[in-house]
Amino acid sequence: MRAHPANYELIAPGDYRAVLSLLANEPGMWLPIAGGTDLMVQYAAGKLPRRKLVSIWNLPELRRIEIFPSEIQIGAGCTYTELRTHDMVNREFTLLSRAAGWTGGIANQNRGTIGGNIVNASPAADSLPALLVYDAELILASARGERRVPYVSFHLDYRKTQLAPDELVRSVCLPRRFSGYYAHARKVGARKAQAIAKVCLAALGRLGHGTVEDIRLAMGSVAPVPLRLVETEGSLKGKRINAALVRFASQTAAREIRPIDDIRSTARYRARVAGNLVAEFLEALGAGGTRE
Amino acid sequence: MNRDHIVGTSVPRLEGREKVSGQARYVDDMVLPGMLYGATVRSQIPRGKIRKITFGQQIPWQEFVIVSARDIPGKNCIALIEDDQPCLADGVVNHPEEPILLLAHEDRHVLPMAVEAVSVEFDPLPAIFTIEESEGRREIIGGRDNTFKTILIEKGDVESAWEKADYIVEGEYRTGAQEQLYIESNGMIAAFEPRQGLTVWGSLQCPYYVHKALMNLCGLPADRVRVVQLETGGAFGGKEEYPSMIAAHAALLAVKSGRPVKIIYDRMEDMAATTKRHPSRTRHRTAVSKDGKILGGTIDFTTDGGAYATLSSVVLSRGAIHAGGAYHWPSVRISAKAVATNAPPHGAFRGFGAPQSLFALERHMDHIAEVLRLSPVEIRRRNFLRPGQTTTTGQSLSDPIDLGRLLDRAMELSDYAAKKESFARGNQQGSSKKGIGIAAFLHGAGFTGAGERYLSSVVGVEANEDGTVRVLVSSAEFGQGTKTVLCQIAAEALGLRYEDVRIAQPDTQEVPNSGPTVASRTVMVIGKLVQSAATGILQTLRASGLLGESYSAEEFRRACREYVRTRGELRSLARYQQPEDIVWDEEKYRGSAYAAFSWAVYVATVTVDLTAYSVTVDDFVALQEVGKVVHPVLAKGQIIGGVAQGIGFALYEKVVWENGRMQNGQMTNYIMPTSADLPPIRVYFEEMGNVHGAFGAKGIGELPMDGPAPAIVNAVQDALGVSFDAIPLLPEDIFDALARQEVRPEHAAPAQKNP
Amino acid sequence: MSALPRECPKSEITLTVNGKRVTVHAFAMDRLLDVLRTDLDLTGTKEGCGEGECGSCSVLLDGVLVNSCLIPILQAQGTSIVTIEGLSADRRALALQQAFLDCGGAQCGICTPGMILAACYLLHKTPRPTAEEISEGLSGNLCRCTGYLQIIEAVEEAARRGVST
Repeated sequence: MRAHPANYELIAPGDYRAVLSLLANEPGMWLPIAGGTDLMVQYAAGKLPRRKLVSIWNLPELRRIEIFPSEIQIGAGCTYTELRTHDMVNREFTLLSRAAGWTGGIANQNRGTIGGNIVNASPAADSLPALLVYDAELILASARGERRVPYVSFHLDYRKTQLAPDELVRSVCLPRRFSGYYAHARKVGARKAQAIAKVCLAALGRLGHGTVEDIRLAMGSVAPVPLRLVETEGSLKGKRINAALVRFASQTAAREIRPIDDIRSTARYRARVAGNLVAEFLEALGAGGTRE
Repeated sequence: MNRDHIVGTSVPRLEGREKVSGQARYVDDMVLPGMLYGATVRSQIPRGKIRKITFGQQIPWQEFVIVSARDIPGKNCIALIEDDQPCLADGVVNHPEEPILLLAHEDRHVLPMAVEAVSVEFDPLPAIFTIEESEGRREIIGGRDNTFKTILIEKGDVESAWEKADYIVEGEYRTGAQEQLYIESNGMIAAFEPRQGLTVWGSLQCPYYVHKALMNLCGLPADRVRVVQLETGGAFGGKEEYPSMIAAHAALLAVKSGRPVKIIYDRMEDMAATTKRHPSRTRHRTAVSKDGKILGGTIDFTTDGGAYATLSSVVLSRGAIHAGGAYHWPSVRISAKAVATNAPPHGAFRGFGAPQSLFALERHMDHIAEVLRLSPVEIRRRNFLRPGQTTTTGQSLSDPIDLGRLLDRAMELSDYAAKKESFARGNQQGSSKKGIGIAAFLHGAGFTGAGERYLSSVVGVEANEDGTVRVLVSSAEFGQGTKTVLCQIAAEALGLRYEDVRIAQPDTQEVPNSGPTVASRTVMVIGKLVQSAATGILQTLRASGLLGESYSAEEFRRACREYVRTRGELRSLARYQQPEDIVWDEEKYRGSAYAAFSWAVYVATVTVDLTAYSVTVDDFVALQEVGKVVHPVLAKGQIIGGVAQGIGFALYEKVVWENGRMQNGQMTNYIMPTSADLPPIRVYFEEMGNVHGAFGAKGIGELPMDGPAPAIVNAVQDALGVSFDAIPLLPEDIFDALARQEVRPEHAAPAQKNP
Repeated sequence: MSALPRECPKSEITLTVNGKRVTVHAFAMDRLLDVLRTDLDLTGTKEGCGEGECGSCSVLLDGVLVNSCLIPILQAQGTSIVTIEGLSADRRALALQQAFLDCGGAQCGICTPGMILAACYLLHKTPRPTAEEISEGLSGNLCRCTGYLQIIEAVEEAARRGVST
């Protein structure tokens, strides 16, 4: 443990409005901490960027999962365990509940939150590609009010987001229009559990009259931010899935992404595996997967 | 009474209940009054001269105890084999993480920032990081011309083998460093009192190694240094020699401050600064007849020892002796050397050189098979050692082992033939390919050659006042069940109940020096001495007239009580005597290298996923002949645990190096298998007995480390038809090879037939 | 700024540990793991990695399995913590402990408290788990000694002995 606890201030107002006021009065001074599964690792390594923390763990306003006819709003403070076990998330947003089950071990799933995953903004995060293909929107809250932003524009660069210094992510909103889609996800890590993704794919597809009516592909660990593969999607829309198209799409995907060599893997491996994952999805989709 | 009741039965573990209830006390669970915490300032560069050390102004240094090389009362070295490793760097550093200064403070939490606040300026010197760079001798950084040790093993006439050969098969094989990754990191507490002397408590395998090192370091006589082993949370060799270093550090701080000092490494420090398995490079050149018989060959075995000699000579020895494996070599020349690089010294890790050289050999056997168009099964069968034949060091095989039959049994247990055929068919299509691979091997138990004689281990058995007996050994328990097994042996030898035998905690004040807990020697060598010492108790009791020829357990207890009451202490010591048939020539490296070998055939079944290029082990058969299984549950646990580490060695555990420093020193990015990654490992034992071991038991602790890696890589080759000769074998490596679509050049350079 | 700790004061934090209400005098950012081990002398919970990977520090927090090395003590205020020591009277845990002993589920023992906590938690939610479910349920607990098989066998055995109702 390389940090001295006396050097850090942690407060827990226990009240949502109080937290927002605090962030408004001293913007950029207080680091919100929810489940701590990312921040406490940085802390123990002596690498936490700020010395003042405010706990947002267990605030009811952030823990609700609200169901509306056209969308579901998941509180940013919901844990991975909650996402794994929630009935509707499992039924209509299976990619998210699956990704939640990949993240860490059971103990970390009980504490890690979707909001934390989003704000920590690691491009390797398991859940974020699912949010991209589900056209998620985020409700960002501050003392000034709330605003809704499309998740696809939330990440600006490596670990840089749109979040203002006085803002919290309050909810993740997912439109309820993907039940008819074939859903597919796969994470490639160094081992079968407790692994940071080398590449991961979240994918949705819908065929109509034998051609690709809609297709959504998002990947993690292949760019500075979680990436929607727009170009690859474009090359597939309206086409019939055959071996040549699958090959072309997987090559397009390999070129569209911007993987790097790092301590976990190599750029060339990531590029090839990314292409393979896209191919694997397309083959399953083409083989008659209309709904998973 | 059923005499075979205790040995061979899975009796309740003596040390078990405390572990499952959380009551077992490990070093970081122990606190002494007035205790300080210690930390180490380490080199950030691989090699250079220390120009200047500055203490940052923001720290109130007067609150700290600070120790440098100048504070060392005795010799500034960690005494082991060569005495070339400093305890604290004195003017010069030879590897990243080399310790320079020690700090102690009451508040554990201030130490990391204090360490950060010490800035060491260096004049860097050029450093070397690979075996090839070391051989190149651009820089001489250690040993003699960068070489710590060379060994030459020669048998027969290799030159004539080349002449007679139908094929000459070559191959080069590499293994990487591997971190022991005990879940409890290194830790030590030291306390010094001018009258009593120095006491250390900690996580360790070899109390007397630490004892010797501290005597040397502090200039203290034997009876004023006391080393106590506490509950140890995993070791695997990683706590064989390293504890002497951390004990030395805690001791120096304790001596200087006059207060007890505790040093506990966090995971990052432990991974970066302590020992790892020696990386290796093996080059085989083998003369083979067209009917698949090895005629002879050369084996060039080189290990990377890191910056100081430490145990490299002994690791090299075992690696070199095992390099010829379970086969008959009519002639061979094994040239082995351990070289120096500017990395933290590499050290003991389960297997100790044998996993490295056996990986090479067992891969090479499959290559030979490929050249000759024989099956991997057949090539082995045709070359197995048979009783009466001699090993590469000229040791005559005394075990009546039939390796062909062991191989057959492994084939049956793994369903080898059927799987091989069905995989070949199934692999024609699909997004994954399956393969099955074998490794056949041996592992010598006990210290090599003259080592056991040199150790001259002493074991004690003592009668207690209440009629129970107590075993006195310096052998440490760290998960293998040492206490349980030695008590089983003592109980059986004495005809007592298992409950009537106790065992002392390894404390150099209490127990004699029975040598280190390493080299798969505990059950075999120490167990045998426990038997002897126990027999000594019996003899004394009989001679005193208190016990008859036959007796009940109750009569024995009564006799003990009576003896102790009327005559005082009853203690029997037994000292190791080298059996006459174990003769070793250290100069020529010839003779009986080990008193006994255990034998094994392992079979791995794998799936290679062609989407992610990852390898999953689906099934693993571990079949071994071990003399006698003393405790079935514990023995099974040793094999499964060792196989799991072997799977890690093969497929997962890569140390990422940069300028001699480990970059991935966290559990997040040094990848060991989780429960989700391992198949059920199927374990089977055969028991042939052995005269040298207690109740016929041989060693099993390290054996399971030797087989998994080659079996797995052989299986991957079976699946893909692509050869891999370096481990760890990561998906990235498999992808690179497939992407190159390279078929390995033929290993066979068919020799000219004589005209 | 001085590198030495400013006097960020300690505060009184009250929580329930193993059924007993306790008040500790601690920094808000003291790790729950350190408070348990140092302030409360409950050393059964271990530190293996300090980064939430090995599970040796597992405890139950309000009945939920968590890694105590990742929880600031302030966030544990008012909660109920159960450590390995607190399971000494728990029927399920005792049967697990016995099964671990019988099946060889503990070798060096350092991961064992965390394993038993994780296994208790699993059996509570899944009374008759398959080997695969056990493997998944324990995948956040690393063991270097056993290769996991005998741990899984121990949990299966404990389940078979009818510890979960």
